[in-house]
Amino acid sequence: MTGLIEIRNVTHAYVTDTGPLPVLNDLSLSIPEGGFVAVVGPSGCGKSTLTRLIAGLMKPDRGKVWLHGDIVTSPRSTVGMAFQNPVLLEWRSILKNVMLPLEIVPTRLTRREQEDRARKLLALVGLEGFEDKRPSELSGGMRQRASLCRALVHQPEVLILDEPFGALDAFTREDLWMTMHNLKAEEPFTGVMITHDLRESIFLADQVIVLSGRPATAQHVMDIPSAGPRVLDDLYTPEAADRLNVLRRQIEIAQGRAPANAETGE
Amino acid sequence: MIRRIVVPIVATVVFLVLWELLVWFNDWPNYLMASPSDLPAAVTKYWNLFLIMGWQTLWRTVAGLLIAVLVGVAFGMIMGFWRTMRDALYPLLVGFNAIPKATVVPIVALIFVGAHDFNAVMIAFMISFFPIAVSVSIGLSTLEPEYRDILRSLGASRSTIFWKIALPKTLPEFFGALKVSVTLAFIGTNLMEIVSPHGRGLGALFDSGKTNSDYPLMFAVLIALAFLGIVLYYVVVVLETIFAGWAEREVN
Ligand SMILES: Nc1ncnc2c1ncn2[C@@H]1O[C@H](COP(=O)(O)OP(=O)(O)OP(=O)(O)O)[C@@H](O)[C@H]1O
Ligand SMILES: [Mg+2]
Repeated sequence: MTGLIEIRNVTHAYVTDTGPLPVLNDLSLSIPEGGFVAVVGPSGCGKSTLTRLIAGLMKPDRGKVWLHGDIVTSPRSTVGMAFQNPVLLEWRSILKNVMLPLEIVPTRLTRREQEDRARKLLALVGLEGFEDKRPSELSGGMRQRASLCRALVHQPEVLILDEPFGALDAFTREDLWMTMHNLKAEEPFTGVMITHDLRESIFLADQVIVLSGRPATAQHVMDIPSAGPRVLDDLYTPEAADRLNVLRRQIEIAQGRAPANAETGE
Repeated sequence: MIRRIVVPIVATVVFLVLWELLVWFNDWPNYLMASPSDLPAAVTKYWNLFLIMGWQTLWRTVAGLLIAVLVGVAFGMIMGFWRTMRDALYPLLVGFNAIPKATVVPIVALIFVGAHDFNAVMIAFMISFFPIAVSVSIGLSTLEPEYRDILRSLGASRSTIFWKIALPKTLPEFFGALKVSVTLAFIGTNLMEIVSPHGRGLGALFDSGKTNSDYPLMFAVLIALAFLGIVLYYVVVVLETIFAGWAEREVN
């Protein structure tokens, strides 16, 4: 077992009114401890399904998912999740929203320490001074920041993000990319992020995995080595342009819009 | 604050004055239409009766409503969590609710003749539990899956998810329904009190006014009923601001 997250030969189908719908087909991937992997693929190919399998919200029909050497059969408290919809609870303040997981997960922290931890995370994502506000008083980007804090407050080993910035405008999104880098520097976690934004994938991840069309399997894996902290300007270098080209081509293949043999070397 | 207290009072006074003028201009005798100035006399004459009967009506309504809340929430939860149960129970509930309660009242009054308290509470319950059941079931079944997943992915149990998320999220809908139900329960109690012979409560007082052609008494009962109805309604509003006040802020 090499990766903190190991997915081996996972096959899954949903039961629907019109018969089984195969969604994942013999999918394998491995994410090392501390790694951050972006998963891209055509719409409806099974990306969210993959996150639900890793989180233990579902069991695959065939194949196995390991977290830290244990087979995942049910949800576990060492996972944090955030979705495109920030799903903050309107009847709680931002601080209380962020502290929600600590009410579920067993923790050795005292009340005071829990609050300090939540406040520290909120400050880290730039939400200092908004602790006592209600979610509806915040902008979309701020809500998503709070949602990230909630996903991390119980110090999960694994952070699962399903299109976390999908509903945000381009500038807010770039702000949040920087926030993600700050969080990665401060908090030790292994991350899986689903995204539709190729620039986002190469900016945030150290590995991008392209899934094929449904039923999805890992079609292409691209490593993004980085020397030192990333800045937005990195996205406008020739290397970045090359990477984006390759990924775009892979997505076209996955969508069935380009034949696989048109694939050229990197 | 001034607007919320003074304006309704002014409106009520204007209404009473218009009513008085209407009766005065048309020169209607008392057995046709009472005027507001006749009411204090009627109330002072039967002061005790109003207290006793008003209390009867009030507690019956509240008891019926409480049972409606318990049963309605139970049905709502069953239908909200299990699709099959929703498909099975929904048509039954709709059919049951479609029966005009005015037709059920005499039946219940006949079956349990003389059991005035029981009958009134029963009708108040029957007439008011439907909106509660429907609102709770809709509130629970339309809970976005992400809300559940946030807690479920941490290993939270079903009951934790219910208490921490499903229940509070359903509260605004629940109170919306409760506002409808409280008025309905009140109607139910009164229907029963008017119909069942030798009953008690404001409905029975109204009925005795009718038998004796005591129009001022009948109108005084109507006013008392309106007053009680308003009190009950605003009790629910106060509870709503306490428990689901956050939903109001969301709209602003
Ligand atoms: N609970 C379910 N029951 C039946 N079918 C489902 C269920 N959940 C998802 N599907 C179907 O499975 C397929 C994959 O769904 P999934 O949500 O994993 O895709 P996705 O890659 O996340 O899509 P998107 O890019 O739109 O977010 C879709 O066709 C979807 O309609
Ligand atoms: Mg998805």
